Amino acid sequence: MTAAALTQGPAIRRGRSRAARGMMFAAPAAFLLLAIYILPIVVLGVFSVTDYQLGALSFGFVGLDNFRAAFADPVFLRALWNTALYALIVIPFGVFGALGIALLVHGRTRSRAFWEVAYFLPVTATLVAMATVWQFLLHPTLGPVNSVITWLGFDPVSFLGTPSLLIPTMALMGVWQILGFNMVLFLAGLTAIPKDLHEAARLDGARNPLDRFLTVTWPMLGPTTMFVVVTTSISAFKVFETVAVVTKGRAGAETLLFALYLEGFEYSNTGYAAALTLIFLAIVLVLSIGQTVHMDRKVHY
Amino acid sequence: MRRFLPHIVLALGAGVMLLPFYWMVLTSIRSPSEIFDVSLWPVPKQFDAAENYARAAGQVPMARFMLNGVIVCAGILIVQVLTAVPAAYAIAKLRFPGRRLLLTLVIAALCVPIQALALPLFVGLAKAGLLNTYFAMMAPFFLSVFAIFLFHQSFRSYPDEIIEAARMDGFSEMEICWGLVLRGSLPSLAAFSVFSVVAHWNDLYWPMIVVSDTALAPPPLGMLFFSDVETGANYGALMAGATLITAPMVVCFLLARRHFIAGITMTGVK
Amino acid sequence: MTPQSVDLTGIGKGFGGTEVLKNIDLSVRPGEFLSLVGMSGCGKSTLLRILAGLEAADRGTVSIGGRDVTGMDPSDRNLAMVFQSYALYPHMTVRQNIATPLRMRRLPLSARLPLVGRMMPGHAPARAAIGAAVLQAAETLQIAHLLDRKPAQLSGGQRQRVALARALVRDPAAFLMDEPLSNLDAKLRAHMREELSNLHRRLGATFIYVTHDQVEAMTMSDRIALMVEGRIEQLGTPDELYCAPASLTVARFIGSPTINLLPAEIAGGRVVAFGVDTGLRAAGQGPVTLGVRAEDLALADHGLALRVDRAEAHGADRFLSGSLVADATLRVTVRQPASQPVGEGVVHLAFAPERAHLFGADGLRMANTADDRVAA
Repeated sequence: MTAAALTQGPAIRRGRSRAARGMMFAAPAAFLLLAIYILPIVVLGVFSVTDYQLGALSFGFVGLDNFRAAFADPVFLRALWNTALYALIVIPFGVFGALGIALLVHGRTRSRAFWEVAYFLPVTATLVAMATVWQFLLHPTLGPVNSVITWLGFDPVSFLGTPSLLIPTMALMGVWQILGFNMVLFLAGLTAIPKDLHEAARLDGARNPLDRFLTVTWPMLGPTTMFVVVTTSISAFKVFETVAVVTKGRAGAETLLFALYLEGFEYSNTGYAAALTLIFLAIVLVLSIGQTVHMDRKVHY
Repeated sequence: MRRFLPHIVLALGAGVMLLPFYWMVLTSIRSPSEIFDVSLWPVPKQFDAAENYARAAGQVPMARFMLNGVIVCAGILIVQVLTAVPAAYAIAKLRFPGRRLLLTLVIAALCVPIQALALPLFVGLAKAGLLNTYFAMMAPFFLSVFAIFLFHQSFRSYPDEIIEAARMDGFSEMEICWGLVLRGSLPSLAAFSVFSVVAHWNDLYWPMIVVSDTALAPPPLGMLFFSDVETGANYGALMAGATLITAPMVVCFLLARRHFIAGITMTGVK
Repeated sequence: MTPQSVDLTGIGKGFGGTEVLKNIDLSVRPGEFLSLVGMSGCGKSTLLRILAGLEAADRGTVSIGGRDVTGMDPSDRNLAMVFQSYALYPHMTVRQNIATPLRMRRLPLSARLPLVGRMMPGHAPARAAIGAAVLQAAETLQIAHLLDRKPAQLSGGQRQRVALARALVRDPAAFLMDEPLSNLDAKLRAHMREELSNLHRRLGATFIYVTHDQVEAMTMSDRIALMVEGRIEQLGTPDELYCAPASLTVARFIGSPTINLLPAEIAGGRVVAFGVDTGLRAAGQGPVTLGVRAEDLALADHGLALRVDRAEAHGADRFLSGSLVADATLRVTVRQPASQPVGEGVVHLAFAPERAHLFGADGLRMANTADDRVAA
């Protein structure tokens, strides 16, 4: 061994041992990442081009047949449409309703905590249980909602008995659950707007509160609104619990995730369900791009 | 009038938000014979709470569901913290080959909902003969990429000089990670714990896939079983069951409001 | 512990292609106060961190007291470090902060655990000794009354003292300090300079002190190593660096106001500036740079013509500055006793040749007649 090697030895060993420690710390997470995310996605891709059925002894390669079948499958197309309809109701009401509530709550000083609790409570509640309660509330004869409707002189509405009303009714439950969540996000956004800005706008002649909202609040809330819209649409596309409780997928009211659940886990059409999953994943990923961009801005390597 | 208008609007809205909770609790303490009484008067004519709750607990093993919920939530949270904290510390504060790749993968994985991975994970667990076990219910959540992301954000701002001072003082890397850096991020830990427990207490999708045994069902799945058993027959008992299942999270929320709101909003990912 | 020597041999370090340290050799004598000075990015902090073991060098060896510690963990080197941000543990009281290095050394892991650690039997004598050492260190730095506070409740100066006490308590082979005064305000900094000097004298320990502030280095050090771009440009006592700067860079860095630099030329062994013989004699030929400090210039009846545009009062002295009549782009500053009338308009400057410094085209100090006198 040369003298140079002798002097270099310890330094290099030391650098290596630090790196080894880092890898050791990250190893469990890296292993789980591989086992829970990376491997399953690869397997999912493989399944989606086969006619594999869980329990079957053999399966064959079918190319893109599963995807072709999906877009010709009336049940899947109906689920897609139902989910889109659900999202189209939940997004505007869930976002702008929450914005309205946040604006009202933001102005309160002493009662703010109370309103926060009242509106946030549904977020923490178990949706399966609450959907059961809603079912009861909207019951055509036993529910108080319909008794109010008849008291007002209208005919009772069978919210969950009329096929065309099923998705909107479930969307209503979705809005009920997500309002508090979005409200808190908007409240955080509102708190972040410097007070000076409102005062400057007032000095600049924005006397009407609506003027101030349009010149200061709304533009400053832009990023928050973007974020809220993205998260709301992602959770709308993941609607499952209400369907599982209210309709169990009958009466043509299945949603994307529920159709996927039936194909994959009830009927064991693994290959076909894998194709549906990839379509679902593609939708969520497209919606997530906005969110990742938002989060990425907070990350500096 | 203008001063009170916001309060009136908020109160009306809050009424709608809280109506299901009120109706649930009210029905759960009323006699089933009052089922046609749609008045919101809080005092029932006949106070049958004991009977309703007894029925809910007797028809299905309600206590068992709750216990399952506690086991699953605790198991998931413990492993999540044990794996995410060192990984986040390594990414934030140690230099090692693959560090940036790992962070990139974590951020990419944030966009992938568990529902998209359910199918292969289910097949894997089925092949391994692990369906209908606590392990199957917990395994997919052992790694929380969200936790890694959250802790990484929080650990990064921990001063490097304190870590170096600790190394000179003789702290091991483990002690620095758990004893110093995590201690500086306790609010993040609290927020994440709340987020994790709420998400898994309320989750239905995954338990519904891997568990068919009533004895293993967590609360939401138990609720589903229960409403199947009770189909429309006894609303009092059904609402008593719903109250029991909803109560733990609601009570925790009322007790630790700040952490709840922080925990659930830090996410965006639900 | 008796003060230890610290030796760095052939230290090299690169970060992603750029060489931060280029083959550094440095020997610190036992009990010496040595400052590493330089602009930010010169490698002084990296060198200190390599010495501490917080960073691994690519090449070279580190030895402390003659013992090779190159591959050793920071905690095994028995060095104490005071950081720029003080790096106090935020969740511990001052007492716990100061005790930490001793606890880590003298108590086993089981006895350090929270809650249960207290119940571990057999460590009472060690705990008592630690408590006494903490109290003594705190008294030395006059912070005994703060022992039960948390760092967040302390002022900058108090945190500084806690950091010093934490270093002091372990009785290390050497003290390393990384810009410890830079977060203090000017008045407190001057005061702490004095205290650090006193502490060094009292302990007689080896101090290695990193700073970008030449005033700190000049006032406290036994020797200064001035670093430029990963090399030690000059190593010497403060006087040597001030009176005989080895290069233009050193001359510019040390001293306030900055040394005056004038273009000159060697012609026939004489140094000529603006066509006038400066009285210096040097070998060679061609352009050179002449450096004269403000206090070595004096107002005279004839000589270098300066158009004064600014007079700064500094109590006993006054600094006049302006541009040269011969070349308006050159700024020159001259120190004038405040008792003299303020020089105004165009004044003339003269200097004693032996007080001037001569630098060649390569920026290095050149021998001239004045050098003999400095050496003598």
